[in-house]
Amino acid sequence: MYPRDLKYTKEHEWIRVEGDEGTVGITHFAQKELGDIVFVELPEEGEEVVQGDSLAVIESVKAVSDVYSPISGTIIQVNQRLEDEPELINKDPYDEGWIVVIKIKDKDELEDLMSNEEYQELLEGEED
Amino acid sequence: MDFTPHTEEDLRKMKMAIGIEKIDELFSDIPEEVKFKGKLNLPEGVSEQELVNLLKQLSQKNTTTEDYINFLGAGAYEHFIPSVIDHVISRSEFYTSYTPYQPEISQGMLQAIFEYQTMICELTGMEVSNASLYDGASALAEAVEMACNFIGNKKILVSRTIHPEYLQVVKTYTQFRDIEIIEVPWVKGNTDLEALIKNLDDKTAAYVIQYPNFFGIVEDLDTLQTRVEKNNALFIVVADPISLALLKPPGDFGADIVVGEGQSLGNPLQFGGPYLGFMAAKKKLIRKMPGRIVGETKDVNNVRGYVLTLQTREQHIRRERATSNICSNEALCALAAAVYLTYMGKKGLRAVAEQCLLKANYLYENICKLEHYHKVFDGPFFKEFVVKTDHDVEYLNKELQKHRIFGGLNLERFYPELKNHLLVCVTETKTKQELDYFLARLEGIV
Amino acid sequence: MKREKKLIFEISKPGRKSYSLPKLDWIQKDVSDLIPEKLLREKPPELPEVCEIDLVRHYTELSKRNHGVDSGFYPLGSCTMKYNPKVNENISRFKGFTKIHPYQWEETVQGALQLMYEMNDYLCEISGMDYITLQPAAGSHGELTGLMVIKAYLNHIGEGHRYKVLVPDSAHGTNPASAAMCGFEVKEIKSNARGCVDIDELKAQADENTAALMLTNPNTLGLFEEDILEISEIVHQAGGLLYYDGANANAIMGITRPGDMGFDVVHFNLHKTFSTPHGGGGPGAGPVGVKEKLEPFLPVPRIEKHSEKDFYYLDYNKPLSIGRVRVFYGNFGVITKAYAYIRAVGPEGLKKVSEYAVLNANYLMSQLKKYYFLPYDRCCKHEFVVSGKKQAKHGVRALDIAKRLIDYGYHPPTIYFPLIVQEALMIEPTETESLETLDEFINAMKQIAEEAEKTPEKVKNAPYTTVVGRLDEVTVARKPKTRWTRV
Repeated sequence: MYPRDLKYTKEHEWIRVEGDEGTVGITHFAQKELGDIVFVELPEEGEEVVQGDSLAVIESVKAVSDVYSPISGTIIQVNQRLEDEPELINKDPYDEGWIVVIKIKDKDELEDLMSNEEYQELLEGEED
Repeated sequence: MDFTPHTEEDLRKMKMAIGIEKIDELFSDIPEEVKFKGKLNLPEGVSEQELVNLLKQLSQKNTTTEDYINFLGAGAYEHFIPSVIDHVISRSEFYTSYTPYQPEISQGMLQAIFEYQTMICELTGMEVSNASLYDGASALAEAVEMACNFIGNKKILVSRTIHPEYLQVVKTYTQFRDIEIIEVPWVKGNTDLEALIKNLDDKTAAYVIQYPNFFGIVEDLDTLQTRVEKNNALFIVVADPISLALLKPPGDFGADIVVGEGQSLGNPLQFGGPYLGFMAAKKKLIRKMPGRIVGETKDVNNVRGYVLTLQTREQHIRRERATSNICSNEALCALAAAVYLTYMGKKGLRAVAEQCLLKANYLYENICKLEHYHKVFDGPFFKEFVVKTDHDVEYLNKELQKHRIFGGLNLERFYPELKNHLLVCVTETKTKQELDYFLARLEGIV
Repeated sequence: MKREKKLIFEISKPGRKSYSLPKLDWIQKDVSDLIPEKLLREKPPELPEVCEIDLVRHYTELSKRNHGVDSGFYPLGSCTMKYNPKVNENISRFKGFTKIHPYQWEETVQGALQLMYEMNDYLCEISGMDYITLQPAAGSHGELTGLMVIKAYLNHIGEGHRYKVLVPDSAHGTNPASAAMCGFEVKEIKSNARGCVDIDELKAQADENTAALMLTNPNTLGLFEEDILEISEIVHQAGGLLYYDGANANAIMGITRPGDMGFDVVHFNLHKTFSTPHGGGGPGAGPVGVKEKLEPFLPVPRIEKHSEKDFYYLDYNKPLSIGRVRVFYGNFGVITKAYAYIRAVGPEGLKKVSEYAVLNANYLMSQLKKYYFLPYDRCCKHEFVVSGKKQAKHGVRALDIAKRLIDYGYHPPTIYFPLIVQEALMIEPTETESLETLDEFINAMKQIAEEAEKTPEKVKNAPYTTVVGRLDEVTVARKPKTRWTRV
């Protein structure tokens, strides 16, 4: 449900770091809370983002939710498939449902993020 | 009159159930200082009979377009309204309902709006339409803001041949948003294309043309399209829906957003409202559109049905980040428009448009033959035209009123440079006798 | 019961027609003589071709697939779905009201101008404000107008830097949307445990950058903001203005007035409070009232009276005005109905309207709290909010309760609003409903509560009695089909 090799934010994003690049998406919990996702407003490649900035907007039928960037850097890839198949986020949030790849500016920022265990603890707290 | 049902017995039962003795107790949480003491200073209530008489008398203080022959247009048009329309919109299941948020019991209005959206797309040559906005002017203001949001720029070119009140509304809407409105001048009644092209740059979010324009002239969108070089700015057209049965639709000229006043489609003049603003656009813009949109879908049993869709654009979900604050449409006026377009149909609407064109032209040709009236503008016109007169326009109109005629609009009101210019409107409602009578009275003015 | 309805385009058949037009044999010219070919349409628009009887049956059938106030109880919270008197429909159709052109000369529309002038007076009296504009076409349009007036005023007095508009978390979505559209930044104010504005939070937020607080009183929970005078003082002390969202004015007519509570700007929803019908979602009308200092900034034209000559006229000479917010003067046809309503019921009648609206709401609340969780158990005004929390334990959500109510013949209440109540059901009965109607509704709600416990599936699959069942809103939002096309 919450892979060990990812880092998490308290706003329910995840990041998978490979070298100086990080792939970003939303967690299983987040997609479940949103329900059927109908549209994703994606950023442009080449855009600069700062940790905590909104980088995409996800819409379900009756809710709108920002995706906040877990890390600062430059967006180098955008998952264009989400334009036609936003449901990929529901079906496969950690793989086919990825949103962007960011070229990381400052790896120290990763320290601010949570491990899968910490994230799961957070979720248990929220469910009460 | 009294529309409340409670008997003394009902009141007693209800108060007992709540646990109060007097209704006043229900208002005890209102601080004494702000309680209204005494009685509102309003006229006493009356019976239905008295009410009808009272309002009848008030209505009779107005002179109607039935009493006089009317040649005023300028954004509010006297077209014939078929009887069926009022019968349909008087079905109280329609007019006493509200926003169709519960689709299972609102299929009637939802389907009617879906059909309306289709008709608007057909007329304008566009891919998508919303469920309507307040009126043509506010629809244009919304289109301008939509273009700025979509393009990310804040410069708008607006031709001075659009309805001057529309321009005023656009200015009102944009005045606190750092949106720059640049007015494009006109020559001989047509938008100055050179000036438009000169001002159009990569900072422009949109350029706006009215078709036919405020002077009635059918702007040459064909030349415009070939002259304007490729750019990012959106092309917004304000159109007269009836003319579109005859004229090439704005979509064919590459328009990105088409808005306009839908009043002429089966809605009465009503001293300026309620009317409806229509808005149609290219598909790529649908998620930036303001207002409600109806979509077709299936129910759990695979039966076709309709719902309000893309609601995440709207204020009740997106709040301060909504595409607009609008939350109603002008549903009943849109229903009237849909019934009108159904009644007229493919051939009838064209016939109405032809009659407007031919009758307006008949009057224009003959007015210009009269001694004190002159042609001033160039270009084909639809149902309105401008003539210059040697008379003072206010005097002329006063004289015409003596002969039970509402003459033309005094253009000086909006264009100080157009002193002694008259904007005259002729729709299919005018007969040969009326037009000839008007000509004779014009001729008779000294 | 489930059945598809053909679209008008699917009924259409080439060659059929409804229209008829006078002959035009006295003009010899042709279209092509007058309009260049490059500007002429090549292909006609795909409009329906039907006989008049097809048209009438089509729309009559559509009307039967729609629920209005005349069809049955419609307790939609914050919408004031009261009975719409038929006489108003007739009056608004008098030809002296429908067949007048907005650019007619003032002396030919004295009746219309008088009606609007008097309507201004009535609305001033009801709201405790000094001046009114009738121009805005709807409540949200009124909000935008009112906020622009505030912005223009602040700019004028050198306070243009004030960028914040405070909005309670229980507010209608239009409030923050209107503020944003006017270029303000929105700051949300939390509600306290009693469901009202949290005074401490307001104190913390109201500062030298505050332009206004937008408030509806009674608020969307149906509760009267008891601290209104303190709220007013805090906002005014900080140099901000107070905006009254009149969506809930049906609770206060003749009982209290926004102007006396300290509000500087008010909008009305004539389609709600004054019973001009809702029209399936419009047209409405959203007049705005202001205190004297804001008068110069109202939209033009203003309607004035020359007392000596007993002559009404339109005044455009207001150099500080924000400008126009629409063409012409407002939704005159709607204003006519609201005017007739006020004249019909009179001052005592209006007070009774509000008293009975509040009585009906409290009666319903006192009975429904036996079966549903009531988050704010105190005297309400014209509406109240219950929560489907108890039923949610059985997997039955507020949406399911709403859909099941349809099977009992009711239009559901507003659901999932205000956002601060879980599984919210916002109920507004209005004054025009009888004790019998309320009791029947209570009984239906009681039965649904029982069903939720014993046979939750029954509630979750409702409605059963409608022409369509629950609709797939997901697929259409992903790939919207918003028009018919010939296949």
